Amino acid sequence: MSFNSKLMITAVLYSWLLGPASAATLDVKIGYIQWVPDQGPVLSNVTPEPEDAGLRGAELGIADNSATGKFLGQNYLLESVMASDENQAMAALDDMLENGIDLLVARVPADTLQAMAERAGDTALLFNAGAADDGLRISECKPNVLHTIPSYAMLTDALAQWLNMRRWNKVFLITGPTDQDKAWAEAFRRASKRFGLDIIADKSWTFDSDLRRTASKELPVFTQARDYDAVVVADVRGDFGEYVPFNTWLPRPVVGTQGMGPEAWHRVVEAWGAAQLQNRFRDLAGREMNSEDYAAWAAIRSIGTTVTGLSEADHSNIREYLFSDQFQLAAFKGRKLTYRPWNGQLRQPIPLVHPQGLVATPPLEGFLHPDTELDTLGYDKPESDCQIN
Amino acid sequence: MKNAFKIATLAAAIGLSGQALASLAYVSNEKDNTLSIIDTETNEVVDTIEVGARPRGILLSKDYTKLYICASDDDTVQVLDLATRKIIDTLPSGEDPEQFALHPNNRHLYIANEDDAIVTVVDVATKEVLAQIDVGIEPEGMAVSPDGKWAVNTSETSSMLHWINTETFEIEKNTVVGQRPRHVEFTKDSKLAWASAEIGGTVHIFDVNTIEEIKQIDFQIRGVPQDRVQPVGIQLTSDGKYAFVALGPSNHVAVVDAQTYEVLDYLLVGARVWQLDLDKDEKYLYTTNGVSGDVSVIDVEELKVIKSIKVGRYPWGVVIDPNS
Repeated sequence: MSFNSKLMITAVLYSWLLGPASAATLDVKIGYIQWVPDQGPVLSNVTPEPEDAGLRGAELGIADNSATGKFLGQNYLLESVMASDENQAMAALDDMLENGIDLLVARVPADTLQAMAERAGDTALLFNAGAADDGLRISECKPNVLHTIPSYAMLTDALAQWLNMRRWNKVFLITGPTDQDKAWAEAFRRASKRFGLDIIADKSWTFDSDLRRTASKELPVFTQARDYDAVVVADVRGDFGEYVPFNTWLPRPVVGTQGMGPEAWHRVVEAWGAAQLQNRFRDLAGREMNSEDYAAWAAIRSIGTTVTGLSEADHSNIREYLFSDQFQLAAFKGRKLTYRPWNGQLRQPIPLVHPQGLVATPPLEGFLHPDTELDTLGYDKPESDCQIN
Repeated sequence: MKNAFKIATLAAAIGLSGQALASLAYVSNEKDNTLSIIDTETNEVVDTIEVGARPRGILLSKDYTKLYICASDDDTVQVLDLATRKIIDTLPSGEDPEQFALHPNNRHLYIANEDDAIVTVVDVATKEVLAQIDVGIEPEGMAVSPDGKWAVNTSETSSMLHWINTETFEIEKNTVVGQRPRHVEFTKDSKLAWASAEIGGTVHIFDVNTIEEIKQIDFQIRGVPQDRVQPVGIQLTSDGKYAFVALGPSNHVAVVDAQTYEVLDYLLVGARVWQLDLDKDEKYLYTTNGVSGDVSVIDVEELKVIKSIKVGRYPWGVVIDPNS
C-alpha cells in the first residue's frame, strides 16, 4: 500500500483551516470531577469496576467533539480531577469555577452533587453522570443540573416492562443492606405496580456469612416459596448477588442487579452503530465501555452537539438549547435522545443484558405514551414535583 | 455434496441468465458474510455466495463486469467477477470500509473508513491509494456526482457532509445537517444532492452549485412514533418524478415527489429498511430490510409492495445489474 503522504498532509492542514471563514478558534473547556466512595468489602469475587469508569468516557466525548469541531473552528479541552473525598471534589469544583470553567460533568454521590449544584448556582451547568437516586429527579431537582445517568426508576421500569412482556409476573425480591440497594428495591416496587407485577416475597439479605462456602446451602432455603416466575436481586455493589443464580429454591431465572439486568450501557450493545462507539472506546481506554463511561460521554457529546448548533459556548445559552426542539443527541441507542424539561433527565432506551448478550432494549413495543415511549421509563411529568424550566 | 449442489445452482443460474436476460440483484448479508443473488424476473434467490467478513456497501463497476464489496471486518474491498462469481482481487481500503462510491472514470473509488475518520481514494486499476482525507467521526455515506466533480462524504457522529473536490482530493466545504447523516444521492444532472439524517429524521436537499441547503423534508407516519422514523437509503428515479427514502425502524419507505418535495405516500416493507435500488427499467424498487432478513419488492407504477424475498441475515446493501 503506498500512501501519497503529501496529499494527506494537505488534506489535514486544509481541514483545520476550514469553518466559518474569519472566525477565530472557539475553545470549549469542560471540567470532569469524579469521586466514588469506597464500597466496603464484598463477599463475591466480583470483577472490580475500573477506577477510571466515567473519566475515559469523558475523554472519548472530548475526542468525538474535537473531531467534529476541527471542521468548525471549535476546540474542546478536558480538565479532569479524580478526588479521594468529598472535600477534594468540592475544592476541584471551586478551582474550575475560578478558572472560568462553567461546563461540568460529575460522577459523585447524590449529596456531593447537590452541594456542587448549590455552590455553582447559576454560574455553571452541571451534568450528573453518576448518581441514579430518584430523589434528584422528583423532589430535589436543581435548574442547573442535568442527568445523563439513568435513574433507578428508569432501570427498574425497563426490567419490569420486560417481565410483564414475558408474563413473568410473580417475582421474589431480595434486597441488600446498603442505602443504594434499598433505593433500587424501592424503585423496583414502584415499577412492579406500574407494570402489574406481583412481589410474592420481599426479603432483606442480612446474612453475613461467606457464601463461597455455603451459598448452595443458604440460598435455596432463603428463596423458598410456593411459586414465583423470577427472582429479582437488589445488590448494587455486588456483595451477595452473584451467588443467587443457580442457587434458588425453584429453577427460576435471576434478574436485577445480577443475572440479567438493566444498564445504561454494556459491551454487548452493538446495534445502531454502537459497534463503532465500542471500538473507539476500546482503542482509547483498552477496556470495555460501561454505564458510567457512557453517561459521561453522553454529557460531553450533549455539549458538543449544542456548540455545533450554536457556534458558541455560553453555559446559559447551552442550557436553553438543550431543552429546545432543536436539540437531539445521536447516542447509539436507536433513536434521538432529549432531556426531560421538568427534571433534566436524559431520556434513553435501557438495554437489558446478561454478561454475554443483549436480551431486550426497553421501551418495548406496546407500552404506549402520549408524547414519547421513552417516558414510560422513569418518573413521568405528572409524577415528579420538579419543574426546573 | 454441498459443492455439487452449488455448482448445479450456478449452472442453472448461468443457463437462465443466458436465455431470459433477467437482471440480477445483489444483496450483501452483513451477518452471514454472503451475497444473495436474486433473479428480478422471478424474484427468487438463485445463488448465495460466500464473501469477506461483514459485507456492507456494494457497487457495480461502470461496465457492469465487477461488483465491489466492502468487507468491513476484513478491512478490505473485494472485487467479484460477475461472470464467474468468484472473488478475483482485493483492494487496499483503509480500516473498516463501510460505504463507497466509484467516480465516473471507473477508476477512483472513494471509500469511507468508519473506524478511522478517513476517506480513502483508491485507483482500482493500479490499486494505488491516491489520497486519504481526514473527515468527521464515523464517515458513512459516500457519493460521487455523475459529472465527476464532487465526492460527498457524510460523517455520522459529526453530523456533517464533507464536500471533496475530486481534482485536488481536498475538502472544499463542510455543511452541518441533521443528526447522523447516512446517505447521499445526486440527481442525474448533478445539480442537486439529497442527504438523509437518520436520527434527525430528515432529508436535506442541496443545490450543488452553491452547496447550500435548499430544502429540508420531514416525515410523519400515522401510528409510528416520530423517533422511529429514521431516513437511511435514498433512490431517485431518472425521470425526476420520485425519490424513495428508506425510513429504517419505522419499516416504511417514503415516496417523495422529486419536484415539489411533497411526501406522497408511505409503503410498509420489512423491519428496519436500510438501502434500496431500482431495476433497469425502474419498474421495481428493491429494499433491504435488516432486521427481518428479507428484501421487499415495490411496484413503482402502482406504488405497492408486491413481494418479500427471504435472503441472509441482516441484508445491508442492494444493487441491480442492469446488464445481466
